[in-house]
Amino acid sequence: MTEATMNTQRKINLRRFNFHVLGPLLALIALIILGALLNPNFLSYGNVTNVLARSAFIGIIAIGMTFVITAGGIDLSVGSMAAFVAGVMIMCMNALIPAMGVGIPLIVVGMCIALLTGFAAGMLNGVLISKVKIEAFIVTLGSMGIYRSLVTWLADGGTLSLNFDLRGLYRPVYYDGLLGISWPIIVFAVVAILGELIMRHTAFGRHCAAIGANEQVARYSAVNVDRSRTATYVLLGTLVGLATIMYVPRLGSASGSTGVLWELEAIAAVIIGGTVLKGGYGRIWGTVVGVLILSLIDNILNLASIVSPYLNGAIQGVVVILAVVLQRERKTAD
Amino acid sequence: MSDSVLALRKISQFFGPIQVLFDVDFDLRPGEVHALIGENGAGKSTMMKILGGYLQPSEGDVLLEGKPVHFASLRDAEAAGIIMIHQEFNLALQLSVEENIFLGREKWRGLLLNHKAMQAESRRLLERLDCYIDPTEKVSNVSVPNRQMIEIARALGRDARVLIMDEPTAVLTSRETDILLEQVDRLRAAGTAVLYTSHKLDEVSRIADRVTVLRDGHKVLQADARDLTEHKMAEAMVGRELSHLYPAKAEPQDETVLEVRDLTVPGHVKHASFSLKRGEVLGFAGLVGAGRTELMEGIVGLRQGTGSVLVNGKPIKSGSVLAAREAGLVYLTEDRKEKGLLLGKNLRENLTLLALDRFTRVAIDARAEDEALTRAFKEFDIRAGDRTMKAGNLSGGNQQKLLLAKTMLAEPDIVIIDEPTRGIDIGTKQQIYEFISRLAAEGKSVIVISSEMSEVIGLASRVVVMARGRIAGEIEGDNITEDAILRLAMGISERKAEVG
Repeated sequence: MTEATMNTQRKINLRRFNFHVLGPLLALIALIILGALLNPNFLSYGNVTNVLARSAFIGIIAIGMTFVITAGGIDLSVGSMAAFVAGVMIMCMNALIPAMGVGIPLIVVGMCIALLTGFAAGMLNGVLISKVKIEAFIVTLGSMGIYRSLVTWLADGGTLSLNFDLRGLYRPVYYDGLLGISWPIIVFAVVAILGELIMRHTAFGRHCAAIGANEQVARYSAVNVDRSRTATYVLLGTLVGLATIMYVPRLGSASGSTGVLWELEAIAAVIIGGTVLKGGYGRIWGTVVGVLILSLIDNILNLASIVSPYLNGAIQGVVVILAVVLQRERKTAD
Repeated sequence: MSDSVLALRKISQFFGPIQVLFDVDFDLRPGEVHALIGENGAGKSTMMKILGGYLQPSEGDVLLEGKPVHFASLRDAEAAGIIMIHQEFNLALQLSVEENIFLGREKWRGLLLNHKAMQAESRRLLERLDCYIDPTEKVSNVSVPNRQMIEIARALGRDARVLIMDEPTAVLTSRETDILLEQVDRLRAAGTAVLYTSHKLDEVSRIADRVTVLRDGHKVLQADARDLTEHKMAEAMVGRELSHLYPAKAEPQDETVLEVRDLTVPGHVKHASFSLKRGEVLGFAGLVGAGRTELMEGIVGLRQGTGSVLVNGKPIKSGSVLAAREAGLVYLTEDRKEKGLLLGKNLRENLTLLALDRFTRVAIDARAEDEALTRAFKEFDIRAGDRTMKAGNLSGGNQQKLLLAKTMLAEPDIVIIDEPTRGIDIGTKQQIYEFISRLAAEGKSVIVISSEMSEVIGLASRVVVMARGRIAGEIEGDNITEDAILRLAMGISERKAEVG
């Protein structure tokens, strides 16, 4: 190849590169500028912390969802699962007060219960999908209904509330933090960084992408497809548990309406971030950007009174569709 | 001599800055079979796409009966009677045979589809091809050779004036090839112009009236087929003299490295037993559907089976590809596009997928991966435009080399290669043959499954023949002849031939 053709080639690559990779990031920056122009309080410490902390729940779940979707799966049950985990956690903690008393150890036990419940719920989804070979959509549609109904049943149609004293002790997990950054934000950041490293730089991440791209090729390449696929759901379940740990101290209660539509928000964030819905390619930082975009739209609509906040869902819907259209790879001639 | 029905005049084609066709002239006359041959990447597919209306040429004209035409779409070309049959089938797997044959030109009766008429017509078209499948069968349930027949039946049903066939026999057995060539003959007699491409030069000299050879986008030869020998065609394709296609056979050592005992893969293979020695190239012959691929997949753990597989005397865990790989046993699939490579991923990720643990401690060492890719480029002579391109954009031959490189990265002692040269040009074929023989010389053991009889004969020092899921017999040394293999493959003689 001559010098000239090399240059043209590079230019072509660069153009596609930018659009494909930086699209979500540019959208995020545009939103931030827009927000700052519309309302001077937008960039205040209070607002930024608020937006980030609220993003953390969906964000942590969406990072797990990125692995599931990259490996060619889907999980519709995460919202219900979060409600169920919260319910189980609150009931167990309340029940253990007589035995353990109100104290830090009980909160630690509660956290472990949340993580284990999430782990088990993810395992159940994963095994049904990988070993019993039922479509992920069907399995998680089913478990979505099951968890939602179980938590409603556990709460007897009402609300499960954490013991008042315990709530006071647990509150700082949501409201306090380190160096002025609240815990949910810190946890979200740590999970995001670890997720990015795992996705990009470990065999597990590579195997997820391979399975999503072509399961047969992965199988023929000695990838343990069933185990890796199950692992994505287990990881997601555990992260749902982690998100719940952050969420419970915020309100101190769980009910049948906890976490409604979280699954769709998480999936939307993943897609906006550039992960391919049918699998084979995923990026964690994109998902983080996706989560932030969705939260900022909500936040800006609430701060600025140009468009009714009731149109939030519609605008988010448009963004999801636009994201996919803009990121669609143009067919290369070959 | 009659005038051409479809011709190309001074066609050049660019993809971005890269020129793939240079001033090519070509013509098709009614009632002739014009073979277009060349190595992978020589520009055949591009030329066929231009002829078939898929692609607008960058420069030059497409002439239909002497007048320049522009096919705006595939539909335009088809309306002009130009039909292209693809190497990769264009069939809707979830639809029935009949629905596929009439896709886009359904017959109607009032507001409803006239299924009865379409089924009858489909059956008639398929019977012309000696293909007796039920038109109401779903295509996903139809075997691959029969799918090819459906493609051809679809073209026949459209009264093609020009038929463009892209390696139609790549997936056919020799009997099916015979039927196909008969049909081509019949079409020619009826005045259809046929453009025919194939890597099988014996077919070309059998069926073609004229031959055009492309090399690196240039037309290097056009001549009447009767003036050309297969050897001459091959040399024109490669652009250099071809000495012996097959390297000398290595002498196997005494040590047995693989022993398969009484392996049964339900539905495909019954009670297969055989052994493999160090440094041996063992051929596996048989008709398509004899169970060779399934047997090998059973051995390496891709299929569940009963029986035992021993590597160096030690049994390996059944049903685990990883266990087989760790024992030094790997299988290289015949289906590189669907089972071998991730076409949408780059070369590096494809190369290291099988042996990823070698590049991983906690994280993957991307630099080591890059070095491995550089080595693979050199060692396997992989020609890629650039390092970051996707595997799917490589030519078939280079994909096969990448697949070989990927497999060898696992440092196996025993390599099972299924159809090592399917859809690959002769120059690359020779490289792969040399590679196989070098492996054996280095003390590794190789099993080669091939439907090309000459390949098995040329490479293997011993041949196992399978028929209907069973091992029909073994042939060794000078007894390996086409005749002996065919006898066993057709189940004519079930003797355990010439084995001590």
